[in-house]
Amino acid sequence: MLNKKMVAVALFGMLVPAIVSAEDLTLTQSNKSFKLNDSKVETLSINAGDTIHFKNEDPFFHNIFSLSDLKTFDLGSYPAGESKSVTFDEPGEAEVECAIHPEMLIVIEVK
Amino acid sequence: MNSSTFYQKSLAKIVATALIGISLSLAATSAMAAEMKASDEDTQKYLRPMTVPQPANNMMTPERIELGKFLFFDPRLSGSNFISCATCHNPALGWSDAQPTAVGHGMDILGRSSPTILNTAYQRFQLWDGRAKTLEEQALGPIVAGGEMAQDMGSLIEELSAIPGYIKLFEAAYPGEGIQGVTIAKALAAFERTIVSTDAPFDRWLKGVDGAMSKSAIRGFGVFKGKANCTACHDGFNFTDDGFHNVGLNDMKDMGRYKIKPINILKGAFKTPTLRDIDLTAPYMHNGAYKTLQEVVEHYNGGGFENAGTLSPNMKPLKLSKKEKKDLVEFLKSLTGDPMEITIPQLPVK
Repeated sequence: MLNKKMVAVALFGMLVPAIVSAEDLTLTQSNKSFKLNDSKVETLSINAGDTIHFKNEDPFFHNIFSLSDLKTFDLGSYPAGESKSVTFDEPGEAEVECAIHPEMLIVIEVK
Repeated sequence: MNSSTFYQKSLAKIVATALIGISLSLAATSAMAAEMKASDEDTQKYLRPMTVPQPANNMMTPERIELGKFLFFDPRLSGSNFISCATCHNPALGWSDAQPTAVGHGMDILGRSSPTILNTAYQRFQLWDGRAKTLEEQALGPIVAGGEMAQDMGSLIEELSAIPGYIKLFEAAYPGEGIQGVTIAKALAAFERTIVSTDAPFDRWLKGVDGAMSKSAIRGFGVFKGKANCTACHDGFNFTDDGFHNVGLNDMKDMGRYKIKPINILKGAFKTPTLRDIDLTAPYMHNGAYKTLQEVVEHYNGGGFENAGTLSPNMKPLKLSKKEKKDLVEFLKSLTGDPMEITIPQLPVK
């Protein structure tokens, strides 16, 4: 019984760092660009398990998607002020675009 | 109170009222005059640029532009030797063809209208579905497409290489590069980058020229940016967001951008075209559905058809009054630039 508890505690201990290290980042869509802390970004390096919130700050709709092998998603179109999120679980590379404005493109590198 | 005091007081009241009335109407007049002038923000946003973006590997030179112009007007670039780029992109028809949809090889009627090539230099994506990014990428597409100019590229290179006049023109434009698909595309792109807007009444109005635009057109600009929200897609000097939208035409035969990027919202979506010189390029829309600008305005006023369940969320009934619709059309007409002077080249025949 004691052994089982110890194993459980040890396992929990191993899991905690992974949970703590998963981050939430907000990428805004502003002036038809992807921005991190108000600066335009075309590549972004994150860790597996991180979640990106795609927040639309333009006065028109955006539709964020990726058809990458790593992660395929279509967030649909949404207006200013709304945000939708994607968690990147596996390492690799994903191109994320706006379907409506294809000049908006960011490469997400997941470590 | 005697009658004289009463009279004086009444007079003072009348004078005061009249003065207030005058000052109010003066304020209203000056407010109206202010609205009739372009704001600094408008000037910054909509005034046409004086330079054209060019790729480093194909900077424009007079020789490249000249070669491109020769090729553009040369029907020998088609399999039938009968269709040139200018057949569908005719400078006398606003660099389009006045047909609802293009006519291709063997007089076949094609599925999409010939877009104007005006200001394509500024576009981030070419063609109605944006499948080419640059003019160099786009240029050979219609030449080799079976339905359009139906020209085998190998045969074209042989044909042009047998004409000494062309050998000289290619050597002057692209020394040592020879007559190749790549140099044909580059030369056509260099020429197309010269086909840009000239000053329109709207530009003169932006620069502060009195009487450049009618009052109706100026009001129409207000409708365009405001109640009609046209700027959600048609914005900036070239009046496009370089984006792709399903604007709810009653026609879903063509899935448009969806064939290039299979994302739901792109079903029936096409590139936002420029509105510059729009009065010269009827009929309108990717399928030529509307003959007049009035019909186009009526379409947007109605909010479009919910055709594939992917109607752009920017499309909503606008409830424009008759006057607002008329003003909007007047504004669109004010985007017509001064006529361009185009000389047709004498092509080398041997």
